[in-house]
Amino acid sequence: MNVGAVVTRIVKQFLRDKRSLALLVIAPILVLTLIWLVLDGNDYEPKIAVNNLPAPMEESLQAELEKDIVYMTEEEAVDAFQDGEIDAFISIADRKPNILLEGSDASVNGAVLQSVQTAFSSLYEDMSVQPTINYYYGSNDLNLFDQVGSVLIGFFVFFFVFIIGGISFLRERTQGTMEKLLSTPIKRWEVVTGYLLGFGLFTVIQSLLIVAYSVYVLDVWMVGDFWQLLVVTFLLAITALTLATLLSAFANNEFQIMQFIPLVIVPQVFFSGMFNLETLAVWLQVLSKFMPLTYGADAMQQIMIKGKDLWDIWPDLLIIIGFAVLFFVLNIVALKKHRKL
Amino acid sequence: MSTMVEMKAISHSFGKEKVLKDIQLSVNKGEIFGLLGPSGAGKTTLVKMIVGILESNQGEIFIDNERVPSLDLLKAIGYMAQSDALYHELSAKENLNFFATIYGLQKVERKKAIEKVLEIVDLTDHMNKVVRNFSGGMKRRLSLAASLMHHPKLLILDEPTVGIDPVLRQSIWDELKKLKNNGMTIIITTHVMDEAEKCDRLALLRDGNIIACDSPESLKEKQGVSTIEEAFLAFGGRKG
Ligand SMILES: Nc1ncnc2c1ncn2[C@@H]1O[C@H](COP(=O)(O)OP(=O)(O)O)[C@@H](O)[C@H]1O
Ligand SMILES: [Mg+2]
Repeated sequence: MNVGAVVTRIVKQFLRDKRSLALLVIAPILVLTLIWLVLDGNDYEPKIAVNNLPAPMEESLQAELEKDIVYMTEEEAVDAFQDGEIDAFISIADRKPNILLEGSDASVNGAVLQSVQTAFSSLYEDMSVQPTINYYYGSNDLNLFDQVGSVLIGFFVFFFVFIIGGISFLRERTQGTMEKLLSTPIKRWEVVTGYLLGFGLFTVIQSLLIVAYSVYVLDVWMVGDFWQLLVVTFLLAITALTLATLLSAFANNEFQIMQFIPLVIVPQVFFSGMFNLETLAVWLQVLSKFMPLTYGADAMQQIMIKGKDLWDIWPDLLIIIGFAVLFFVLNIVALKKHRKL
Repeated sequence: MSTMVEMKAISHSFGKEKVLKDIQLSVNKGEIFGLLGPSGAGKTTLVKMIVGILESNQGEIFIDNERVPSLDLLKAIGYMAQSDALYHELSAKENLNFFATIYGLQKVERKKAIEKVLEIVDLTDHMNKVVRNFSGGMKRRLSLAASLMHHPKLLILDEPTVGIDPVLRQSIWDELKKLKNNGMTIIITTHVMDEAEKCDRLALLRDGNIIACDSPESLKEKQGVSTIEEAFLAFGGRKG
């Protein structure tokens, strides 16, 4: 009953605060769009050469491409790579598609892989028949561009939920309503739960809109299941929310909430897989293990890039939920500052 | 006469600043008890301790023989803070409805209680207005209303009449008297001398010390003066 009252109150309050509502949903979409405009290189249309592809495979590939497929042998393709004439060469080896990427331009690689993956996913029911991917130039691993999309969605959800959740919880304290609330027989866990559920409702909507926008409008690299991605996004948002309300206990005004951004949010981006961690100092790698976004970004990458299921990434999920539960409990403890009981 | 609130040797510091110094006070059941003192004397700090939302460094407080803080006690306390603790995005009625729900009032009961308190503070005409558009005095009145709905046995008001015009102030005092006559115990803080006259008993608080505690008449009599203001100065002077 008390929890319900808090939830209703927060939902009403938030619905009347149009600016914050807009910030929660429109701001991340706007920023994602901007970044995508920069990174996505204007819907690059790749030129692909093939050799001896089975007819159905070739047909479905052509259906995904604007430019006509050209036919070459491997040697001819290598020459073409050197002359910069084609972006990828696809052949069959061991009954598996073998993709050789030109490899020098991240956004081009992304465009090629996107088309190929879409084309082949309709042919192969079972995802275990993964094409082998090689690079003519450059790395033999997935590159920055492929990884960045998933990390960015996670980051912006985290960022905006953190700001808005943190500030609104802070206001409860500075306006004295938290103290007033705790002068009533409500229990501390009821306050925190009410807050979480009330705000949680909006983060569900936020996650839904951002993920849908990224996947269907921005066309981010995404081979996994939409709803499973949504689950991960939502869990990440809830973690951000519990962390924000917790940290707001240590801020005295809105500006001090902002000061948490370089301290708490920005480091998470650097360590969440956008950059390769293996070359970093050990202590930095250890530090990244304490950051929720590390696991959130990894989970989202697994789903979006590798098409994994929630079941495959349960360790990530468990840790994210663990963070949320930990922050939730600490929130209840932090309210002791106002009332011992 | 039995005791409602018993404060035993309350001392408190914020950092190095000693804000309350060995406060001993008891508030009787069914009286209007005033805490009079200049700004910064420690009134707010003390009433927060009585409510149970601030813990003193030393000393204990009992309400009706139960030790503060206690969730059960909170059900029986009405607290109006010095700063208006209201949700600005919500209407007056929604604010009241929220607190009434938290205090465990059922739907029908809630509706009645809300109508009643809105009438007391004369806000019935504005009940659907969003609090953001309220004047200072209106917010004060709404805060008062929010502390009354659950018929507390102890009502604690921290400077309730600041920013309220004299006519309405008088009618609020009339209402407080009525509540008192129905058996409610009321603790009220103020820095306004003439308002202090209306209390049954008065504690004079200065720099965290109780410099005197008695009925307004006795306080004046003891110092041979005609106003509380003069009495306050006299007591303060004597104790240094
Ligand atoms: N949270 C706090 N932290 C530090 N000092 C405080 C705090 N609250 C009150 N004080 C100090 O305690 C003293 C008494 O304050 P207060 O109880 O609000 O006085 P009053 O209500 O009588 O005006 C003041 O000097 C004030 O600055
Ligand atoms: Mg005060």
